[in-house]
Amino acid sequence: MSENQVALAYLVASVFFILSLKGLSSPLNARRGNLFGIIGMAIAVLTTLSVTRNWMLIVLGIAAGGTVGAVVARRIQMTAMPELVAAMHSLVGMAAVLIAFAAVHNPGAYGILTADGVIPRGNRLELFIGTFVGAITFSGSVIAFGKLSGRIRSAPVVFAGQHWINLALAVVMIAFGVAFMFNQSWTPFAIMTAIAFVLGVLIIIPIGGADMPVVISMLNSYSGWAAAGIGFSLNNPMLIISGSLVGSSGAILSYIMCKAMNRSFFNVILGGFGGGDGSAAAGDAVQKNYRSGSPEDAAFLMANAESVVIVPGYGLAVARAQHAVKEMAEKLHHKGVNVRFAIHPVAGRMPGHMNVLLAEAEIPYDQVFEMEAINNEFPTTDVVLVLGANDVVNPAANVPGSPIYGMPILEVHKARTVLVVKRSMAAGYAGLDNDLFYMDKTMMVFGDAKKVVEEVVKAI
Amino acid sequence: MEAVDPIVNHLTVFVLAIFVGYHVVWTVTPALHTPLMSVTNAISGIIIVGAMLAAGPQPIDWGTVLGFIAVVLASVNVFGGFLVTQRMLEMFRKKDKKAGH
Repeated sequence: MSENQVALAYLVASVFFILSLKGLSSPLNARRGNLFGIIGMAIAVLTTLSVTRNWMLIVLGIAAGGTVGAVVARRIQMTAMPELVAAMHSLVGMAAVLIAFAAVHNPGAYGILTADGVIPRGNRLELFIGTFVGAITFSGSVIAFGKLSGRIRSAPVVFAGQHWINLALAVVMIAFGVAFMFNQSWTPFAIMTAIAFVLGVLIIIPIGGADMPVVISMLNSYSGWAAAGIGFSLNNPMLIISGSLVGSSGAILSYIMCKAMNRSFFNVILGGFGGGDGSAAAGDAVQKNYRSGSPEDAAFLMANAESVVIVPGYGLAVARAQHAVKEMAEKLHHKGVNVRFAIHPVAGRMPGHMNVLLAEAEIPYDQVFEMEAINNEFPTTDVVLVLGANDVVNPAANVPGSPIYGMPILEVHKARTVLVVKRSMAAGYAGLDNDLFYMDKTMMVFGDAKKVVEEVVKAI
Repeated sequence: MEAVDPIVNHLTVFVLAIFVGYHVVWTVTPALHTPLMSVTNAISGIIIVGAMLAAGPQPIDWGTVLGFIAVVLASVNVFGGFLVTQRMLEMFRKKDKKAGH
């Protein structure tokens, strides 16, 4: 294919990618959107095959990687989606680094060699950027994967002076990158890359587990910028466009997540917040009273209600209770109860996590509502069932001076009766006590979310 | 008149792509944010294009090998990303799609 034909084919592929994202505006168009993405990728890959060599090697590589990807996609549990996404981001980051090294090793092969025998300065700057973003994406995503899959403790790892150390490392890394830009040589390039790998680890470890929705979105964004950076370096608009689409998407998701926690992006990234899993709630030593009841009590209350809203949280995901919840909702429905689900944007460990778990349990998506859509309905709701959610229903968010003040919450405290299913009275992620638990209208039901819901199903 | 430096053309494309991405992604419904993340993950597998170019040069040397490894890694993302997105999207259904209730 000629250069022009290649460029035009890439343009068509890019348009397919844009249409792919547009398809996600509703579940009806979404599957077509995914198909457009596949078509776009196929066009890009076939076009590139026609202008490169070592076809056997490349096809072998695609088959190997593709098989691994397909098997994982088939087998992965929906509750493990956050880890999977984090792991996949790391692969793109590493790929970017490897490509950059190959390019510096043999720039002539990519058409980025000048008559002087060096890479043009602009491309060197772009190689520096693409590589360090790729390296940070790789190691940061590995740590994120570790925290999400429980292999690394999810509590924030903080130590004195860490922000200064990170800043110093970043400055040194940039210095080496600039040095590479001014004078092409392996040493600064390699050192810069090594520092970037270390930085990736250091910036993610201080971030606590439940802030992961922001972290994964951020790394999603970085993987896009890494691809775009390589696109600049290799003078390849296909990579630039696709990388930018992905970069913008991740950035928007990060923004949405931060707004939903009412914390600034920097506040989240600098870390040190959270880690209250399992520890006793900080604050007053006054013994507060709460009502507690059995799953049978809960079943009675819900079966006799006209309207029930279920609020799923991370606890539901951990307990893998979504199928039991579907059974419960179905039984209540048969008794004439109007059952709806209320999703807070940061419930779970990644944006849209709860929606996917409920969809997996075959709960129709028109019974599932986002926070803005359902918040006004709570005053007229008979019973709210909170399953493994804590901070997102904490009325302290409306109290000035509280650490979570200003965070948008699901106003379940305005409903007529509230049932809270938790394993214990331990504080949630933000380490705060939750006044919702002590209200007269609230009944605590202690136990594992899945077991409790199964008991409720039996009792309805 | 001198020709425009390629980097300026790239910058043009870059800026416009960001604008398009910004506007398109805001239209994605929150219920589909997880599939959005997995499909953009698949799309970021486009780096396979760079990897395929890196794996192209003959004779095969360590640069080509790095490119080959990058092809493998990017392929995991492409296949894994689109297939897991497909799997998730098939789960989203409305009540009327189910037979009876």
